Amino acid sequence: MRHLLSAADLTRAEAIEILDTAETMAQTQSREIKKLPPLRGMTVVNLFFEDSTRTRISFEAAAKRLSADVINFSAKGSSVSKGESLKDTAQTLAAMGADAVVIRHPASGAPHRLATAGWIDTPVINAGDGMHQHPTQALLDAFTMRRRRHGAATTGTDLAGARVVIVGDVLHSRVARSNVDLLATLGADVVLVAPPTLLPVGAEVWPCALSYDLDATIAEHTPDAIMMLRVQRERMSSAGGGFFPSPMEYSRRYGLDGARLRALPDHAIVMHPGPMNRGLEISAQAADSARSTVVEQVSNGVAVRMAVLYLLLAGGRSSERNAQ
Amino acid sequence: MSSGSLGTIVLTESDISRALTRIAHEILERNKGAQDLVLLGIPTRGAPLARRVGARILSAENREGDSVDGIDSLDSLVGALDITMHRDDLRRQPTRALEPTRIPAGGIDDKVVVLVDDVLYSGRTIRAALDAISDIGRPRAVQLAVLVDRGHRELPIRADYIGKNLPTSRSERVRVQLRELDGTDAVVLHGTDAVVLDGTDAVVLDG
Repeated sequence: MRHLLSAADLTRAEAIEILDTAETMAQTQSREIKKLPPLRGMTVVNLFFEDSTRTRISFEAAAKRLSADVINFSAKGSSVSKGESLKDTAQTLAAMGADAVVIRHPASGAPHRLATAGWIDTPVINAGDGMHQHPTQALLDAFTMRRRRHGAATTGTDLAGARVVIVGDVLHSRVARSNVDLLATLGADVVLVAPPTLLPVGAEVWPCALSYDLDATIAEHTPDAIMMLRVQRERMSSAGGGFFPSPMEYSRRYGLDGARLRALPDHAIVMHPGPMNRGLEISAQAADSARSTVVEQVSNGVAVRMAVLYLLLAGGRSSERNAQ
Repeated sequence: MSSGSLGTIVLTESDISRALTRIAHEILERNKGAQDLVLLGIPTRGAPLARRVGARILSAENREGDSVDGIDSLDSLVGALDITMHRDDLRRQPTRALEPTRIPAGGIDDKVVVLVDDVLYSGRTIRAALDAISDIGRPRAVQLAVLVDRGHRELPIRADYIGKNLPTSRSERVRVQLRELDGTDAVVLHGTDAVVLDGTDAVVLDG
């Protein structure tokens, strides 16, 4: 593994190695001294062409906990807004001595381009590209589910037989795509639930089931985990695509309210990648319930990103080339 | 053991057992009992060795009728300390998998920590372990127990408890096999020309 571009690229063994490493990293984060030395002297660049607070902070915290220096580059107010190309930006960063690039970009495929075009020679980590992939989010979600499922003895385990329901705007969601790929690799059984307008063409060949009816899915599928995707209010208007008639209607049919929360099996967890629209896709009751793992997902995110940075960067360069 | 033609057995199962018993008693003698004692094994093979020494310490304490203040089981006496992220050769090798670290519930602050490893060679592993310890707490003292000291130190480090001093040349390799990981107990010395290992997954240890 030289780059992390897509959750679909990970084999079962690689995914489990990342999750196991993250488990060790998480352990160290309960100590008084959270900083570890393996990336001492290295520089990680956060190259963010799209607004993001939590993902950027999470990567920044992860890199700093491993003793790397972090340079944050956001497109706003930078040379990019003056028209600089991705290639020139990348080469500028490489010339400054970046050892790894974490990239978020509104265009699907930009991280892949950066990794394979030969502009730079460092590992590239995809922190979300367009409507394509967000692999570290899928990894932290899988990590959260695995911990809840296997408790203390998670090492080496996958998610075989876990039943997961993902609800919401699948069409625009890189979180949904990454999760479907990784969960299928780890053996989980996934159902996507969305209004027909918010399911992409071609989703029927994905390794998961599809449904338009949330209540029926909860009743039939008895999920171990239900993941609510963020729905943007502007998708409602005709300018935003007119994907659903009103927030109220969406919330009634696809929101996780008190009644649906009670209909879930007792052990089921409620997940959300954040930021949440309380009252739209998730009720405050569900978001604040003891089953909600929203806050846990954030702290798990740091551990998972530490694991990814460690596995991509800590070893010798030559070995990384051999592995690819 | 099929290693007769491939290396010399320098410690047999009973040798290892006697060495560990002696180390356990030396630890008790020097620290005047098991109070405030924490044994930390360095994975891979230091971890099961620490548990074996710990079990001997517990049984010796009980037999002598001493109080076992605060030490109610092996898990509160023995832990494991992974030093991978503190190694100074991290970037010279392919990325290493991390091993679990487990610190006994009482922590290590103001305790006497005995590091346990299988082979003491360059001393670099122990230096890494000392760094790892300082991230976790501040012990009253740190001591070192090893099954084999093969010499050739590259750092000013020495062991407090040694199972066997084994004069070696740098070109030789010392292989420790433990029941818990390799199915058999033995320490084997391989000469320079010993290339083929037998069927076990034992690792050649140069740490």
